[in-house]
Amino acid sequence: MWSWVGHRITGVGIFFFLLVHVLDTSLVRVSPEAYDAVIGAYKHPIMIMGEIGLVGAIVFHAFNGLRIILVDFWKQGTRYHRQMLWAVMVLWFVTMVAFSIRHLMIFFEGWEGF
Amino acid sequence: MSTPTVEKEPASKIDLAESGDGAGAVQQFDITLKVRRYDPERTEDAWWDEWNLTMFGTDRVLDALHKVKWDVDGTLTFRRSCAHGICGSDAMRINGRNRLACKTLLKDLDTSKPIIVEAIKGLPVEKDLIVDMEPFFQSYREIMPFMINSSPTPTAERVQSPEERQRFDDTTKCILCAACTSSCPVFWTDGQYFGPAAIVNAHRFIFDSRDDAGDMRLEILNDREGVWRCRTTFNCTEACPRGIEVTKAIQEVKTAILTRSL
Repeated sequence: MWSWVGHRITGVGIFFFLLVHVLDTSLVRVSPEAYDAVIGAYKHPIMIMGEIGLVGAIVFHAFNGLRIILVDFWKQGTRYHRQMLWAVMVLWFVTMVAFSIRHLMIFFEGWEGF
Repeated sequence: MSTPTVEKEPASKIDLAESGDGAGAVQQFDITLKVRRYDPERTEDAWWDEWNLTMFGTDRVLDALHKVKWDVDGTLTFRRSCAHGICGSDAMRINGRNRLACKTLLKDLDTSKPIIVEAIKGLPVEKDLIVDMEPFFQSYREIMPFMINSSPTPTAERVQSPEERQRFDDTTKCILCAACTSSCPVFWTDGQYFGPAAIVNAHRFIFDSRDDAGDMRLEILNDREGVWRCRTTFNCTEACPRGIEVTKAIQEVKTAILTRSL
């Protein structure tokens, strides 16, 4: 049940990010300066942590989505749903470790202080 | 009147220890039983009652409930009929999991903490551990849980191969205890959903080679409140005291609906 709860929460979270994302991207049509200022906000450490959370949500949603497809369409899927959830967790962890290292490296290279 | 002949008891095949008195050898322990009570004739709100009991290692949760009802508080109300896991009357929420009280041994639970017993969720509670099962049986009736075959009745049985019988073997085990349906988060929030138990019993006839009304049942379950409400949370499979792979059965019905038009 908790994988289903997690799937819903990450889904709603990603939806709200997309809403904000469409707004900030469409700002470039209004005023490129305003767009630069808004996008500049993504360099703030809080946003960096937020991005890790965002990628975490997307990666879980993506891998668990594949698991749900297998549960739906693979004949043995319902029998191995638990093992597949473990696989999702492992893949999520590996992806997040790799992403976080790369993400933080880029952040600290460009970091100029507050 | 003839005098009954007293036969000498045959020697026991089990070796009993010379000392000790048999029954006393069964391990004994203390438990705390915590039950969510509800009695609309007494108060509007539900409340919790706790009892400390000394139970045996061979006792089940049902035995603890009996001990309370028979020796301590006769107002405690619950359903049970056969008490041996066949009738499906005593499904309840034990330590947050739906189980049959008659199949849950106390020694398998954590006896250092109170054992929490509640009524199953999603159905209206009538008193203590008794819920109104009518919505549950309503869904069950809607899927037509009986064989429909309009061909002339043969003089002998309707022959079925072992493979054809095996196809729906798992779903014949259902005892309609409602442990699955009342463990389903979709059913908790949407009382209109057919629920796993009704789908399991539809599966039992849909995949029976002797039955002719499979298409009709698939049409019933191809409803907004039918199989598509299932979000494969697997709560039902985990709750089933008979070990039926409930989610698998639901998925098979979904696939049958999808492939029938092909």
